[in-house]
Amino acid sequence: MDLIIVLQAGVASGTVLLFATIGEIFSERAGVLNLGVEGMMLFGAMSAYAVAVASGNPWLAILVAMLAAGLLSQLHAFIVITLQSDQVVSGLALTFVGTGLSLVLGEGLSKAGAGALVPKASIPLLDAIPLLGPIFFANQSVLVYLGYLLVPLTWYYIYRTRAGMNLRAIGEYPAAADSVGINIYRLRYFYVFVGGMLAGLAGATISLAISPGWFSELTTGGQGWIAVGLVIFAQWNPLRAMFGAYAFGALRRLILDVQGPKLLFGLANPFFFNPYLGFFLQMLPYAFTIAILVLGSREAARKRLGAPAALGTPYVRGERGL
Amino acid sequence: MSAKTPGLDNRFPFKLSIEPREQIPRWLPAATSFGAVVLALIIGAVILALAGGDPLAAYAQIARSSFGGIDVFSDTLVKATPLILVGLACTLAFRMRLWNIGAEGQFFMGAWGASAVVLLPLISVDTSRWVAIPLMILAGMAAGALWGFIPGFLKARYSVNEIISTLMLNYIAIAWNDFFIFGVWSEGGFQQSAAFPKSAWLPRLTDYARQVRGFSGLTLHLGLLFALIAAVVVWLILNRSRWGYEIRLIGDNKRAAEYAGVPIKRQIVLVMMLSGALAGLAGMSEISGVVHRLQGQISPGYGFTGIIVAWLAKLNPFAVILVAILFGALILAGREIQPSGIPKLIQGIVLMCLIASDFLLRYRVRLRKL
Repeated sequence: MDLIIVLQAGVASGTVLLFATIGEIFSERAGVLNLGVEGMMLFGAMSAYAVAVASGNPWLAILVAMLAAGLLSQLHAFIVITLQSDQVVSGLALTFVGTGLSLVLGEGLSKAGAGALVPKASIPLLDAIPLLGPIFFANQSVLVYLGYLLVPLTWYYIYRTRAGMNLRAIGEYPAAADSVGINIYRLRYFYVFVGGMLAGLAGATISLAISPGWFSELTTGGQGWIAVGLVIFAQWNPLRAMFGAYAFGALRRLILDVQGPKLLFGLANPFFFNPYLGFFLQMLPYAFTIAILVLGSREAARKRLGAPAALGTPYVRGERGL
Repeated sequence: MSAKTPGLDNRFPFKLSIEPREQIPRWLPAATSFGAVVLALIIGAVILALAGGDPLAAYAQIARSSFGGIDVFSDTLVKATPLILVGLACTLAFRMRLWNIGAEGQFFMGAWGASAVVLLPLISVDTSRWVAIPLMILAGMAAGALWGFIPGFLKARYSVNEIISTLMLNYIAIAWNDFFIFGVWSEGGFQQSAAFPKSAWLPRLTDYARQVRGFSGLTLHLGLLFALIAAVVVWLILNRSRWGYEIRLIGDNKRAAEYAGVPIKRQIVLVMMLSGALAGLAGMSEISGVVHRLQGQISPGYGFTGIIVAWLAKLNPFAVILVAILFGALILAGREIQPSGIPKLIQGIVLMCLIASDFLLRYRVRLRKL
């Protein structure tokens, strides 16, 4: 078990969570809770792989996946923004619909043969940095580098631009934003779309780069839900989301690697001699998600941080309240 | 007062007026539920046709293979049994606006708990059915309740979002179950436990075929009775008890409940536990009434379908029974439909249409000619 390899693979598979988490941050910052991440990711993964098999062009596949998941997200947007229905139930419904659609349209796709994958690359000079180089800059998928770019850009957008300020305003106090002429409804539709596109990108990252192929529901395996949990842990901040996503990625890889060697820290490795104990390792990402929510909520209580104030409530013009 | 809703501008020769409703007519919730199902079936048919299938033939087959005779209807009720119980589990929690999405995991834990009675074993092979079954019910409900207690406690104590925690616990419950069926209780290396002794089986109609000729081959089991009793109990709790009044008060207006001195945190934990216990009972009933051993494929997503059942029944425990039978039919027939994702897709579309139709409960939409 080589720690560098664990971390390198962790950054790669954490990129999936990173895209999905940042997408959900956009949506929730605008005041719309979208629990459909898992369904949108699955739909993105399926669309990407299908297009990659058919066309042989991974970039086209990514584009289609992002548009497909973005369009799917608009179902949720219509129901919760225009029809003002319950965001929790609508999000769950979106996950069901996305999963069902992916299973129906992806029927037979698992045997469709190999699709074109996103190429890997190393960054010259940077990959020579000791320790960090091999982890972050050597032989990673191009999508991983896209993740590095996305985090600071998102952070800058949310906290340092006028559009980002409007985004925060419609999630915190839409009535005030409305009074200065910001179109709440249009912006919320837009950011739900952005969230959907990034969830689609996350799905495409799985099926075209991290664990290529289509394995029906197992393709995402609950990562969309972990992303929803990470948003809370990240306190709606892309920088914190990055740490969380990469840590989870590393954990996923560690679980695989820890079962390999006969000796672990010089002792007999129980996971090697009793493979069934591996099921307890499989629980870890999910248990950790709960654990970070406990930690996150205590920290949030101490620092008086919280969700965007209008998260989960529809905006009705002229009504009292947020 | 006429409030216009964005996105629904009037560019037609008709005037669309949308007004908030003062009062919801009694018949309307049932009508929207029915309309949502019909609309979902139409949308499903269009998708099926686009995917190259024959929607009419598929629907006819669903109807035939679930309601076409007494034997298949008995199978439909067998599928409906766990759905009633998880539907009730969701109804109870949702009525308090507590999002228990973990019925699937609680179902698995209930199945595990009931199996543990037989497989640990806590009872010997020749234990009477009168002892074995009640013990399995208790163990199954306790295991489900524990799986509800964890997210309930975490929400009450640390305000951990219960949607995420219950979902994560689903995955943990399935891995826990796998550990036992792959390892500890595996029978000859297969991914299943040994079959339970007959004393741990819930009685089925077919067991009485000697007394009543018509019962031959009918797999309907006692679990359905549990489910029906549970529906009455949940209705009584919600509508005829102080506890239920507090649950509804928290669900309708949390702040008012706080002012009224309702112990919200305690209610969160208790409701989660009872909800988990009901889902656990569903797992027990499935294991003891149908599968007769612990294995991996015991649920085609009952816990998630239960969410839709509860919502479609508008959180009415008796309506849950009817809706569960409908979805039982869908699940039963769904095993034969290709592509295999169709039942899941239709379920999703039903929920989507249903939640969209909530708009009609809150607003009065009228079309008038200009």
